[in-house]
Amino acid sequence: MADDKRNVIVDIKGVSKHFGTGDARVDALRDVDLKVHAGEVIALLGPSGSGKTTLLNVIGCILEPNQGQVQLDGEMVYDNRWLRSDLRKLRLDKIGFVFQFHNLLPFLDAKDNIALVLQLAKKSKAEAQARAIELLDYLEVGHRKDAMPAQLSGGEAQRVAIARALANSPRIILADEPTAALDSKRAGIVMDLLRKLAAEQDACIIAVTHDEKIYDRFDRLFHLRDGQLDHDQIN
Amino acid sequence: MNLAYRDVRHNLFRFLLTCLGLSLLMAVVLAMIGIYNGLVSDALNIVKAPQAELWVVEHGTQGPFAEASKIPGDTRDAVARLHGVSEAGSITYKTVEAKFAGDTLRLYVIGYQLGRPGGPQTVVEGRNIQRSHFEMVADRKSGLTPGDYIRLGRDNFKVVGLVEDTMNSAGDPAIFITLADAQTLQSQLAPPALRVQIARGAGLLESENAVAAVIARLDANADAQSVAQTVRQWKHLSAMTQAEQEELLIQSVVDRARRQIGLFLGILLTVSAVVIALIIYTMTMEKLKQIATLKLIGAPDRVIIGLIVQQSVALGAVGWFFGLGIILLVKDYFPRRVLLEPHNAAALAGIILVVCVVASGLGVRAALKVDPAEAIGG
Ligand SMILES: Nc1ncnc2c1ncn2[C@@H]1O[C@H](COP(=O)(O)OP(=O)(O)O)[C@@H](O)[C@H]1O
Ligand SMILES: [Mg+2]
Repeated sequence: MADDKRNVIVDIKGVSKHFGTGDARVDALRDVDLKVHAGEVIALLGPSGSGKTTLLNVIGCILEPNQGQVQLDGEMVYDNRWLRSDLRKLRLDKIGFVFQFHNLLPFLDAKDNIALVLQLAKKSKAEAQARAIELLDYLEVGHRKDAMPAQLSGGEAQRVAIARALANSPRIILADEPTAALDSKRAGIVMDLLRKLAAEQDACIIAVTHDEKIYDRFDRLFHLRDGQLDHDQIN
Repeated sequence: MNLAYRDVRHNLFRFLLTCLGLSLLMAVVLAMIGIYNGLVSDALNIVKAPQAELWVVEHGTQGPFAEASKIPGDTRDAVARLHGVSEAGSITYKTVEAKFAGDTLRLYVIGYQLGRPGGPQTVVEGRNIQRSHFEMVADRKSGLTPGDYIRLGRDNFKVVGLVEDTMNSAGDPAIFITLADAQTLQSQLAPPALRVQIARGAGLLESENAVAAVIARLDANADAQSVAQTVRQWKHLSAMTQAEQEELLIQSVVDRARRQIGLFLGILLTVSAVVIALIIYTMTMEKLKQIATLKLIGAPDRVIIGLIVQQSVALGAVGWFFGLGIILLVKDYFPRRVLLEPHNAAALAGIILVVCVVASGLGVRAALKVDPAEAIGG
């Protein structure tokens, strides 16, 4: 793939992360390099405990690595230390998260879960509501806009969560087993949606998955083993 | 969008249940304050009721409320003759038990001389005593009504009128009867040995004729202190101005109650504070995962602190408000007078506010420490 600097959204070099010390030391990431380009949808594969979540958390700026460099959307955010103090603002503007469990706020209905992140990004209330409903319609859950998360089915909740992740048009979407709680048909639908969104918004998607049935939906597959990013399969 | 409000609305039933618990606690605290106020006010009412300016009591005592006092009945005449005294009346106080409609009433019997200071001030129902024997005016709290008959000692008394808010510091409702009746009652209720003595003639004057105090009203230009000073020079007698009597009552009778109720109040407030703190802390702990999610999606600390502090202040405010409502609704059914001043409720509100803010401080601390990564785990 062309190494066009402008197009690289996530650029990670020599990132290591360990937990604990001495006998209890676990090297969750060892000298990981990873480049992801705009519009790309990649998968992180690997056995349980191989460091997939740790890598996502480092990219999402919710876990501080021990060393290395993290560059997001052209901005160096970690170079052996955080270079930005407002990581939350960075997440709000640039990163969307989707998890196995939807993590919607239980006390807000579907549209307000989405409107919240828009309002946090200083959109007006009316603007936030309009965009929330637009996103829900787009994800084909518009009819559930007033439902509370507890009333949503797994697939509906996951789509609302995706809508929330997309609300501020982030450049990076991080998904940790986004389809694990869904049946294979719905999993396929959700992945197709994510691919479509990445293409439309020129964002990249990094997803952890165990689901072989959806491997064909990714541009590239990366394998993690004992904290090392082994090789790079191109679909 | 106000997250605190939305969360409360989502868990409305639980929030209201918590508020209800809290408001019961607040109601008990307010009741305690109210009972204390009522007690002080009642005790002072009894002292203020005769509208006296001077109290003449037994030498060496602080009678007739803080200690027993017994002086000869003819003291009144000497006091009445004093320069500067316009009116004087003998008065007795005694707590008795009497049967009425199957119940045993504890009554605070005030004996006074018809037409002289010491009688009931404002009769709210019926009339004042007119006959010199066997009529009484009672406090409404006694449960007696005009037309009732009640047996005190060996005589039947007819209730002719009612007064309000007249009781001693123990909460026993007062009844007024004539001094002569009160003295007869006193001797009828005296221990048998004393009765034998009285029958023999010994100590007759002392016991049958004795009164607890003589109260006096003064001429407009007379100085209470100097009249009191004159009386103090007399053998076996002592005198207090009205102000001194009120002060004495607050210090002796009321002070004991103040310490007891103050202790309970302190314990209750501490318990309330701990309960509120616990509720708020638990409330926050249960939300840690949601707070982690908020951090993850980029909510600033201000939003998270707002969520916690607003909720805890709302909890305290609603609890306080309902607590006040509850006590105002039920206070008239209390056996003792519950007297609440606006500043009491305001002071409690202040305390609750501080407790809520401090308690939410603990929650905020925990919330700010939580790692956004915690939102991710199952
Ligand atoms: N917060 C943590 N503290 C200690 N060890 C951790 C922590 N997070 C992850 N680990 C360890 O790091 C390794 C990688 O974990 P993780 O990234 O969650 O793996 P995966 O998501 O691939 O299952 C595992 O051995 C795990 O036990
Ligand atoms: Mg994982």
